[in-house]
Amino acid sequence: MTTTAIAVQGLRKSYGSKTVLDDVDLTVNSGTVTALLGPNGAGKTTTVHILSTLVRPDAGTLTVAGCDVSRDPDGVRAAIGLTGQFSAVDGLLTGEENLLLMARLRHLGAKRSKARVAELLEQFDLVEAARKPLATYSGGMRRRLDLAMTLVATPSVIFLDEPTTGLDPRSRHTMWDIVRGLVAEGTTVLLTTQHLEEADQLADHIAVLDGGRIVADGTPDELKSLVPGGHIRLRFADAAALDAAARLLDGSARDESGLALTVPSAGGVHALRAMLGRLDAAHLEVDDLSIHTPDLDDVFFALTGTKESSGRVDTKGTES
Amino acid sequence: MTTITAPRPTVQGTHHQSYVVTDAITMLRRNLLHMIRYPGLSVFTIVGPVVILLMFVFVFGGTLGAGLPGVDAAGGRAAYLAYVMPGILAITIAGTAGGTATTVSMDMTEGITARFRTMAISRASVLAGHVLGNTIQAIIAVALVLAVGVLIGFRPTATPIEWLATFGLIALVAFAITWIAVGMGMQAKSVETASNLPLLLVLLPFLGSGFVPTESMPAGLQWFAEYQPFTPIVETLRGLLLGTPLGWNPVLAVGWCIVITVIGYVWSMVIYERKSVRS
Repeated sequence: MTTTAIAVQGLRKSYGSKTVLDDVDLTVNSGTVTALLGPNGAGKTTTVHILSTLVRPDAGTLTVAGCDVSRDPDGVRAAIGLTGQFSAVDGLLTGEENLLLMARLRHLGAKRSKARVAELLEQFDLVEAARKPLATYSGGMRRRLDLAMTLVATPSVIFLDEPTTGLDPRSRHTMWDIVRGLVAEGTTVLLTTQHLEEADQLADHIAVLDGGRIVADGTPDELKSLVPGGHIRLRFADAAALDAAARLLDGSARDESGLALTVPSAGGVHALRAMLGRLDAAHLEVDDLSIHTPDLDDVFFALTGTKESSGRVDTKGTES
Repeated sequence: MTTITAPRPTVQGTHHQSYVVTDAITMLRRNLLHMIRYPGLSVFTIVGPVVILLMFVFVFGGTLGAGLPGVDAAGGRAAYLAYVMPGILAITIAGTAGGTATTVSMDMTEGITARFRTMAISRASVLAGHVLGNTIQAIIAVALVLAVGVLIGFRPTATPIEWLATFGLIALVAFAITWIAVGMGMQAKSVETASNLPLLLVLLPFLGSGFVPTESMPAGLQWFAEYQPFTPIVETLRGLLLGTPLGWNPVLAVGWCIVITVIGYVWSMVIYERKSVRS
């Protein structure tokens, strides 16, 4: 049996004539990670702000940790933590003072506050910097402190709004480890991200938000099965070889400028060996070969219809 | 079949009204810590009025003092020091508003206000921390400026009761002005605007009885000067410190403070509800 940590039904929000959220339904089970995935302006942050009681919804039934967001906002606030896109830290205090401030506002009591703050400083690798002013902190340290402040009262539901935006790869992996640790302790996490890799790495469940609507919803594997299979890309030394290979391999698509050929493939070593065998038999030399399996990028672009990828580099190890 | 959320040590009862005072004190500690850690702003709120005091007394004082009713030309400077001191105290209080507006605005842009809003903290506590912090700062600033006044020859004739009343009025005025400053800080789109807007408050005592008697002003300005809040405040301070006739001024001064506090409080709370998400 699982319990529901976040339940959203028929959520609508508009600013003036601009509809930001249009009939959003979302269910997050306790102790799981759900990623809200979408391009800029899809309504991810607005959804998180409404769930964390910062913004009022126009319509919809929303409960977080069993409390109604509109009728019992203080009940929600006592159960949640939010780490937003912008660092919500007190820049004039030290890291330790920031954490103590949170502990006092959560009414932990002097003794428990101290213990909890020490524990968090240790956990978030901030012990050395604890008594230094925030001006000396790096972006990653500020973000870690931000999240540590959210966790002071061990909230049962945590909202992470683009938690790794602007972080370097090492800090990003540290953040991912922290999130995994939280989930292992039973915390429910709703995170927003534009990075498909992040959703793939962390989430049990992904909801794709586009233009204020949920356009797809499921496990990462379920979403990946929504798009057609992968392909193999072959590059040749000259146009003659490309021509010959294109005639030889059925269903292939030519890329003249790159002297390359794209052949659909479901993956699998057997099919690959057969294809290479045919090329060998025809004495065709392949300069380069890469295998592309479907990943969330394909799902994302197929679902949101955004083709431009703004120089995004494929960081997954699917090219070989 | 266990549910995962149940055994977690959540903080219960954090949304009870009984925490309003505790939270306000926590917020006050935070603001006092800012002042101790970054004294630059606080020093400026004292240096500014002291410079104006010295300038008005030693540069303009001889001439201005001679123009006061019933003062002979020889004692002009000393008479003017006595006359101008309450006005200087008023601009000292008004000057601290700039610091409040700036820190409130910084909180808004940093996103920490949004964090406070997602926690079960009374709205009033968050802002009260700023208000109480600034009120304390204003009282300290006034005491120091007054001390400089005494050093250069200001001799108040107040009795202990009158000193107490002076202290009370200064605290009340600081409290009222700070609520307006909180509103200004929240309203401002940027920290720069927030730090400039309260300068208007510093100008107000000049357009009242703080620096010259209102009778010497042109008719329209005189009308404004007599009915604006700083005139009864300055007149009450003058009456308490130097024994000039008080009349209805104390009542008007306290009345204005209450009105300003209510306006500032309501204004700040409305914006707090509406605007603390950075977008």
